[in-house]
Amino acid sequence: MDFKFSDEQRMLEETVGRLVRDTYTFDARNKILDSEQGFSKEVWGQFAELGLLGVPFSEEAGGFNGGGPELMVVAEGFGRGLVVEPYLATVVLCGTLIDGLGNDQQKEQLIPAIIGGETRLALALHEAAGRYNHTHVDTSAKKEGDGYVINGEKAVVLHGDSADQLVVIARTGGDTAARDGLSAFLVDASADGVTRKGYGTIDGLRAAEITFSNVKVPADALLGEEGSAIDALENSLDLGLIALCAEATGAMEVACDQTLEYIKERQQFGVPIGKFQALQHRMVEMRMELEKARSITMLAACSLDVKPELRKKRISAAKAQIGKSGRKIAEEAIQLFGGMGMMEETAVSHYAKRIVMIDHWLGDREYHLTRLEQLIDVSDHEE
Amino acid sequence: MDINYTPEERAFRDEVRAFLRDKLPAEISRKVKEHKRLGKEDMVRWMRILNDQGWMALHWPKQYGGTGWSPIQKHIFEEECAEAGTPSVLPFGVSMVAPVIIKFGTQEQKDYYLPRILNTDDWWCQGYSEPGAGSDLAGLKTRAVREGDHYIVNGQKTWTTLGQHADMIFCLVRTDPEAKKQEGISFLLIDMNTPGITVRPLITLDGEHEVNEVFFDDVKVPVENLVGEENKGWTCAKYLLTFERTGIAGVGASKAALAHLKQVAREQQVDGKPLIEEPHFLARLADVEMELMSLEMTNLRTVAAAEAGGVPGAESSFLKIMGTELRQEITDLFRRAAGPHALPFLPEELAGDFEGPYVGPEFSASVASRYFNFRKLSIFGGSNEIQKNIIAKAILGL
Ligand SMILES: Cc1cc2nc3c(=O)[nH]c(=O)nc-3n(C[C@H](O)[C@H](O)[C@H](O)COP(=O)(O)OP(=O)(O)OC[C@H]3O[C@@H](n4cnc5c(N)ncnc54)[C@H](O)[C@@H]3O)c2cc1C
Repeated sequence: MDFKFSDEQRMLEETVGRLVRDTYTFDARNKILDSEQGFSKEVWGQFAELGLLGVPFSEEAGGFNGGGPELMVVAEGFGRGLVVEPYLATVVLCGTLIDGLGNDQQKEQLIPAIIGGETRLALALHEAAGRYNHTHVDTSAKKEGDGYVINGEKAVVLHGDSADQLVVIARTGGDTAARDGLSAFLVDASADGVTRKGYGTIDGLRAAEITFSNVKVPADALLGEEGSAIDALENSLDLGLIALCAEATGAMEVACDQTLEYIKERQQFGVPIGKFQALQHRMVEMRMELEKARSITMLAACSLDVKPELRKKRISAAKAQIGKSGRKIAEEAIQLFGGMGMMEETAVSHYAKRIVMIDHWLGDREYHLTRLEQLIDVSDHEE
Repeated sequence: MDINYTPEERAFRDEVRAFLRDKLPAEISRKVKEHKRLGKEDMVRWMRILNDQGWMALHWPKQYGGTGWSPIQKHIFEEECAEAGTPSVLPFGVSMVAPVIIKFGTQEQKDYYLPRILNTDDWWCQGYSEPGAGSDLAGLKTRAVREGDHYIVNGQKTWTTLGQHADMIFCLVRTDPEAKKQEGISFLLIDMNTPGITVRPLITLDGEHEVNEVFFDDVKVPVENLVGEENKGWTCAKYLLTFERTGIAGVGASKAALAHLKQVAREQQVDGKPLIEEPHFLARLADVEMELMSLEMTNLRTVAAAEAGGVPGAESSFLKIMGTELRQEITDLFRRAAGPHALPFLPEELAGDFEGPYVGPEFSASVASRYFNFRKLSIFGGSNEIQKNIIAKAILGL
């Protein structure tokens, strides 16, 4: 067992750390939030230059060949700066799904473009009626002539407002919520019949409600075999969950640090409020939550190669823990800051919002606890 | 022991219900129930309706135009109002400055201010907190220096709720910088239109403009605006802080919110089943219901003790903590009830005249903002930590 980062992982950590520290200041981020598209194309370009957009892809494809730990390192760094660029949507969710499902031609066409920062994608998966359940898909893709016709509605599609292309999960067979019969299609975001209602989310990101109304796609828009996207999809979602957990951990770390700093400085009753034992204990509890979050995120990040049931169990446990620890840390951070914690001008309030709302992406605490319950008998042994 | 209302109390409740049915404007209660932004006009309109009925000042003695109601009657009234969806009455005039004026003010001050407060002729705000003086209120620095018939006020107040609408502010100011912290403070009423006052908005984390900074730069305040004696302002402040506040537990608000939450949980479908059947959600809902039952009885016990002549002192600190924690927990459950649709942040959907279409289910438009906004409940009005310090000292003798 070795918890030390490899040289490459340390390099990755430093690269992201430097970028976030130097360019992703609180003020710079606020400007990005206020901009038309809600993220910075310049920053995106820097990600590309530094090779960050290639982290999960193979070296042959021009990537970094990174696994769970590498993704964790990058996402944690992003969390420290509350980075809002569409990394999760483009690289982690769509990129790895295309990598997992696509044929050579599709991959050659898309993966280098993702790594180079030339294209951005969004995963049009979840539907309002299914909430967090990724198999609850009513959106249909019906064969017509040489291609397919897609109809349906997708809810809260992360960065769906600005993506050039959408990876749409649609049903080519099976009933609502069946695991079989799910297919992935590449759809141009400006195709006829695609309607997007974009908006900001309370944690500083962008998303969209997307309607597909008789959207015609050619046969080669299909990624992988018809009706069998589920395994690759779940792989990508698991990577997404690891990234979210790590991002949350990075954000929680900063929230804890900023709170600690604040209670050392803020004077009331003639002393720093950090002198009050009641607050000291609260701060200690926050730090314990942070340690738990960090540990279980590491566990999840190192579980990509274990048997699938165990992987799912650990990843759901991680996301559920993040939901719990995140709420606690975010609420306590605001509370210990007092009125200042309620202010938009105070950075910690932005951290609190992101940390709490991460629970609403890819399944909240209750959703993942339910999955964990279903896997309660899966043993920790790896045979 | 009998935990039921007496026939007289029930008759009173019916009277309140009839009044709310007849007089509460539907478009206002709709905004309240749908958590839309309320404008100043909505609040003033409702307060004037209350005043027409003689029900504006629950806590004042009858001789000044108060209701003269018993604690139980006030409790019933507050609960019915929450259920019906009335705007909350702006507390700064009727519940905060007025009791101080009644207790410590001169006859002229009472004659002038009390009728104006009843009729909401002035919009009041509270100028206590300063950047350096929050929990440690007595650390305030805003200075008032007597010059002839006036005080010259310099300094800054902050977190001033709805100060952007205010005509008047009541302030704690330092009149004797040499005296011990609590002993050099005075209670001043200041006209917000006086030259030298600047109000700057503070935006909270939910993007709303609800609080402000108020700057005083050589502001001339007539000495008649001093309430009580010079350097005895702390007595006024303390009186106000311990002033009987039956509503502090927010039982009515929590009941109304929980009822709404249950309705939402029955309507929302998760994988083809109502959310209320989802075991984790249901368990948390039941937990909240349990807490609410306990809180309500604790509140009623305090109210009954007040009815019997006991003055609720540090007990109200229990109610503040329990009540705010519960209200916050309910907002957390609302967030969960909305699921992914808690994420979209569209402030325009909270406007009073927004007609839709909404991005998600209608109720979800406000849930995340409200969850974050309600963090304030455990911070203001004496933070929950300060309340615990009070209980530890005053009740436990620690
Ligand atoms: C939305 C909002 C509206 C407000 N409206 C008004 C208004 O209209 N008028 C007005 O005058 N004020 C208003 N306030 C100010 C409010 O009263 C103060 O925020 C509150 O008193 C806390 O002070 P502070 O923010 O300076 O926090 P601090 O006093 O700095 O406290 C920071 C943290 O330390 C804790 N703490 C402090 N002292 C102790 C101690 N001795 N032991 C243990 N813990 C301690 C606090 O509980 C808190 O968690 C408002 C505040 C908010 C957030």
